[in-house]
Amino acid sequence: MYTVVKVGRLADRVHELVVRAPHVARNARAGQFLILRVDQDGERIPLTISRVDRDLVRVIFMTVGATTYRLAEVREGEMIQDVIGPLGQPSEIPRGATCVVVGGGVGIASCPIIARALKDAGNRVIGIIGARNADLLILQDEMREVCDDLHITTDDGSLGRHGYAADVLKDLIEEERVDYVWVIGPAIMMKVTSEVTRSKGIRTYVSLNPIMVDGTGMCGSCRVVVNGETRFACVDGPEFDAHVVDFDRLMQRQRFYLEEERVALEHHHARRCGCQPGGHHG
Amino acid sequence: MAERSPGERILDFQEVDTGLTADEARAEAERCIQCKKPACVTGCPVGVDIPRFVSAIAEGRFEDARSTILEANLLPSICGRVCPQESQCEGACILGRKERAINIGALERFAADLEVGEAKEPVPRTRTSGRRVAVVGSGPAGLTAAAELARRGHSVVLFESLHEPGGVLVYGIPAFRLPRAVVHREIERVLSLGVELHTNMLVGRSLSVAELLAFDAVFIATGAGLPAFMGIPGEETNGVYSANEFLTRVNLMHADRFPETGTPIRRGSRVVVTGGGNVAMDAARVARRLGARVSLVYRRREEDLPARRDEVRHAREEGIEFITCAVPVRILGEPSVTGVECVRLEMCDPDESGRPTPRVLEGSYFVIDADTVIQAIGTSPNPLLVGLLHGAEVGRKGNLVTDDAGRTSIPRVYAGGDITTGSATVILAMGAGKRAAAAIDADLMRTPVP
Ligand SMILES: Cc1cc2nc3c(=O)[nH]c(=O)nc-3n(C[C@H](O)[C@H](O)[C@H](O)COP(=O)(O)OP(=O)(O)OC[C@H]3O[C@@H](n4cnc5c(N)ncnc54)[C@H](O)[C@@H]3O)c2cc1C
Ligand code: FES
Repeated sequence: MYTVVKVGRLADRVHELVVRAPHVARNARAGQFLILRVDQDGERIPLTISRVDRDLVRVIFMTVGATTYRLAEVREGEMIQDVIGPLGQPSEIPRGATCVVVGGGVGIASCPIIARALKDAGNRVIGIIGARNADLLILQDEMREVCDDLHITTDDGSLGRHGYAADVLKDLIEEERVDYVWVIGPAIMMKVTSEVTRSKGIRTYVSLNPIMVDGTGMCGSCRVVVNGETRFACVDGPEFDAHVVDFDRLMQRQRFYLEEERVALEHHHARRCGCQPGGHHG
Repeated sequence: MAERSPGERILDFQEVDTGLTADEARAEAERCIQCKKPACVTGCPVGVDIPRFVSAIAEGRFEDARSTILEANLLPSICGRVCPQESQCEGACILGRKERAINIGALERFAADLEVGEAKEPVPRTRTSGRRVAVVGSGPAGLTAAAELARRGHSVVLFESLHEPGGVLVYGIPAFRLPRAVVHREIERVLSLGVELHTNMLVGRSLSVAELLAFDAVFIATGAGLPAFMGIPGEETNGVYSANEFLTRVNLMHADRFPETGTPIRRGSRVVVTGGGNVAMDAARVARRLGARVSLVYRRREEDLPARRDEVRHAREEGIEFITCAVPVRILGEPSVTGVECVRLEMCDPDESGRPTPRVLEGSYFVIDADTVIQAIGTSPNPLLVGLLHGAEVGRKGNLVTDDAGRTSIPRVYAGGDITTGSATVILAMGAGKRAAAAIDADLMRTPVP
């Protein structure tokens, strides 16, 4: 059991949770993730390690399904069942280069820790973070603190540039020499945004988030197609060369349990409001 | 041994075999002719004194039988259920030549299952050696090594990457063959010897190799958990599982009780399983219990099926359809599976194992409708930690190479079980754990405490 020392709401449906997990914190590096289980019957869900502070690790998540709703109900001082990690390969951190870190939506969660690692290795770091609107934009301050330059975009123009992160990236790589790019966000955003750097041949990493079970390489649930080959995102990734990732396959596999997720969520809400699972409730 | 009827048992995950009654056990044990040179013992990888425990049962001294077994085997309730006895002890039994071999597995299970309020083995403090040994992986190999090392007075830290100990015993083998309570009880026995268990620790990530090598000795028992896929078109389609994933979702994560539990599974109404080993049988029978019609496609003949005899029989009784001498060539459907295209194989000249080599019969393609496909065509050694152990000799299958006692090419690092052999059996893993523990103990005691 692992103690949750801090919880917070960062935006509508976006929460942070800080848990004491020395075994994860000790060797965690930028780009890695952890898997947690809220309770005994809980599902194992992967979440990016968003910050490490002594023996504490922070994760940020959006409430989308039963498990994340359940996680959002955990209070400070309570325990969660399991935390395992760090998992996956750390980001490959270059030295003395110009790097752009692009985050979209809740994917911004992964950005400050990567930006920090890049900065510490002597890179010039430019951040681009985007969300649907100003209220949904998270970690602005943290990004501003580590990045040499920070660009903000919103789909509706309520903050920063009106438009998408991809637009900013497109302009940026025209204006100056960029060596490496990280794009982290929903699969469709990663697909579109990483297209921008293809023609210039800029090394671009994306962090893939397929459905996982163990996260240790023994089930193959997380398989993704990269460069025509099957790879296990949990051990070979989660970061891969964006220009050879089969995003359509990723998105198709992410949707596999949509129906089950709906059932689980209904069950979760029913349990909360005391109705019979499957019964009607307003 | 009594068995629940197929119609009843496919409705739940309760055990299929209900075990022997005391009278049945005595009657079976009395058949033993107590050979002077018992062949059965040589057939047992951990050397259980079979004639002695069988005669104790015959004489009604059940607790003696139990402690005799425990001297050599700390996980007998497990082994009694899952060992391939027909190719080990029972296969060697002299009586098998004339009539019927003694049902040693059932007798082992009978004695081991006795509810005798666990005669607690005292935590050995007599020879606290001052040495710390790390054991990586808590499957049968790791558990056995940990127990043997603790018995010898070493401090043992057992690391497991999953949230529960047991390895394949908890994530692979289903409860209807190996009830969870049985596994938990036997693991408790190991832990009660003073073994310190750390779950959720993926060694190589949570613990660096440098930190691992800071122990006085290390035993690596990370198993053969890497699932193989066939490499045929359509494998990334939704609804294609490795057996490991399918079984883990149900056995470890209890997806059969979804949405009470959090992990979903596609239950499937038509399931095709490929493979012919224990894993394939388990996957097929789990799918059956989730309510599907199940076909199993195996490339060789029925008599070549590598699964335990009983598993094949049980699968058949439970209505699994066996399609032999055939192999899937393509998975149909997009984005979800709608069928599997297979081709028939003809059996040609035997290969070095004596089994015929299958060859494609051109023009014999056929399609099985399916919404779920489970691939149970094998697993290979877990590559993660092996890949980080610089200087370790690695075999062709990605296995760690060791000497007979389990020493790897890195000093103070030992290995055993599926990580060295590739996917094998529970009892072979235990045997390896036992031998390595003896070697670790001998090697450690030869060097002064640091
Ligand atoms: C479905 C199925 C059915 C089977 N049926 C039978 C049967 O009926 N009879 C039989 O004899 N055999 C059977 N087997 C084979 C048998 O289970 C294995 O041979 C045996 O479990 C191997 O034991 P092991 O200790 O080497 O490895 P495992 O049982 O695989 O245990 C390895 C453990 O190490 C952990 N691990 C891996 N990497 C790390 C790491 N880096 N850090 C920490 N922990 C790690 C894993 O999570 C796992 O718990 C079956 C196997 C399967 C999959
Ligand atoms: S999540 Fe199971 S192999 Fe990656």
